[in-house]
Amino acid sequence: MKIAGYLIVLILVACVSVFIGVKDISITDIFHPDDEEMLILTVSRIPRTLSLILAGIGLSISGLILQQITQNKFVSPTTAGTLDAAKLGLLIAFLWMPQSGLLNRALMAFVFTFAASLVFLNITDRIRYRNIIFVPLVGIIFGNILSSVTSFFAYRYNIVQNVNAWLVGDFSSVLKGNYEVLFFSVPAILVTYLYANRFTVAGMGEAFSKNLGLNYRQVVNTGLFCVSLTVSVVVITVGVIPFLGLVVPNIISLVYGDNLRKTLPYTALFGALFLLVCDIAGRLVMFPFEVPIGVVVGIAGGVLFLILLFRKR
Amino acid sequence: MKKHGISLVLLAIFTLLLVGLFLFHDLTGNRDYVLERRAWKVAALLLVAWSIGYSSVVFQTLTGNRILTPSIMGFEAVYLLFQSIIVFLYGDKTFRVLTESRNFGWSVLMMLGFAVLIYLFVFRREKNNMYFLLLTGLILGTLFSTLSSFVQMLLDPNEFSLVEARIFASFNKMNTSLISYAAGAGGLMLVLAVRYHKYLDVLALGREQAINLGVNYNRVVAVFLFIISVLVSVSTALVGPITFFGILVTNLTYELFKTHRHSVLLPACGLISCITLVAGQLMVERVFNMSTTISILINFIGGAYFLYILLTAKKL
Repeated sequence: MKIAGYLIVLILVACVSVFIGVKDISITDIFHPDDEEMLILTVSRIPRTLSLILAGIGLSISGLILQQITQNKFVSPTTAGTLDAAKLGLLIAFLWMPQSGLLNRALMAFVFTFAASLVFLNITDRIRYRNIIFVPLVGIIFGNILSSVTSFFAYRYNIVQNVNAWLVGDFSSVLKGNYEVLFFSVPAILVTYLYANRFTVAGMGEAFSKNLGLNYRQVVNTGLFCVSLTVSVVVITVGVIPFLGLVVPNIISLVYGDNLRKTLPYTALFGALFLLVCDIAGRLVMFPFEVPIGVVVGIAGGVLFLILLFRKR
Repeated sequence: MKKHGISLVLLAIFTLLLVGLFLFHDLTGNRDYVLERRAWKVAALLLVAWSIGYSSVVFQTLTGNRILTPSIMGFEAVYLLFQSIIVFLYGDKTFRVLTESRNFGWSVLMMLGFAVLIYLFVFRREKNNMYFLLLTGLILGTLFSTLSSFVQMLLDPNEFSLVEARIFASFNKMNTSLISYAAGAGGLMLVLAVRYHKYLDVLALGREQAINLGVNYNRVVAVFLFIISVLVSVSTALVGPITFFGILVTNLTYELFKTHRHSVLLPACGLISCITLVAGQLMVERVFNMSTTISILINFIGGAYFLYILLTAKKL
């Protein structure tokens, strides 16, 4: 399927997503909406669909960059401790600066994710065999360490249940006025596109990229910066969505190969599409209630990932 | 060998001293009652310490790696999901519907079932890939924890406190009959394991060498994986998960005893585990005044130590 095909499907699914909800709004209402319908559309429905698309694109691209930099198909925000670091940052922002706004919290989460990515990369550099499965294993354990710190503080302040609940990815609370931080991921995504070729070269190792005249440190840091920015704004606004950054790039690379410049748009569009579909499914399963998208993607993505893992061998 | 023998004896003496301190320190009130409670607690601590220490050393020998422990394979996620679901189903009536012994039995069965399933699933296709097994376990673990988070989100805070009591390991509300069951299972596993201990030093050389030296690799590995699963399931169902305990004690053991002989490593790690756990429990009770739980304390220290290993080791 060509890019245009994906775009058309994405737009169609996005329209479906806008018109699903407890308040029944039909397509024809769009041309002569009454006040109430207008309000629901602009305050809730459209922001929700927009944020789904942004998060879908952002997370799948983040996964792709991490995979390129580490040259490992199984690395992603879920398996590199990135998501856990964002959680920890968020918790600390809540505890130490309870009055802080969304921006401050996003900044805190960003600082933690960026630091954690640097540490993770430092660790992978020292893994002897660079076994394809060993790297994500270490990443997940690294994430577990960060969560053990989170639970240490959460237990002390008796907010274990709240912490767990905030962080299950959920778009139902996205409203106009509280999701706009997500737009910070747009420049990050654009930078990724410009740097695509350089990430590929950087993935071949420090010596090799220096040989080709590439400023290795700068490229890797730019990549990690973009990933951390995207992941932290997503976690702040909607919570944790596991596996998305892992599964989407892998499916796309199975179909379209590994030319990053060429596959980036596909990865982005397919990520958005995947998230929209999961969200629609979560909203319809026990209508009018919702299953949080973190759970839907967690199950669908986990199963898909296992299938990929078994097929790869 | 002699040097290690002396170190082992010293460790054993230290363990005994610590246990004595735990039992007799600040012994006031109804002595018989307090002493009996403390004795059961010490029994549980030693049992869990030995189970986790032993299974971690064997597991690291099988995987040829110092930084993996059986607890990362998803046992804990299965346990937590099961606990969340029963509290979700029965709410505050959980304890009337499901007695502690039944809950214990079912939890062990669930975890063992899970272990057997992934072993079968992975080993049927791939004869030898340990890492593959681990990643499958980990991914399933992540999947289950997402589900648990979801179920926990639906609980009201009072019901959640029931789950929370199980999320964090604790030795404060021990059911004495469960300790006996667990001790029985542990003893049985030890009897089964003793016959296979002689293979461990060979297994540590790696799969190819072990086969070359005439070990029935698949069979021996299967036996040890079974023993590990039973030990880990039983101790998790008894007190709750302590994720980083295994990593902490095995690495302390390798640090203190620079040897590859399992005849030294296994008892050494058992003793070090006992010391760590009893000392940890003493700290929780006397220093933190119960404001934290032992699993959080040990995960915090163990996690930090593990991070230190990751960052300072020249090669992993």
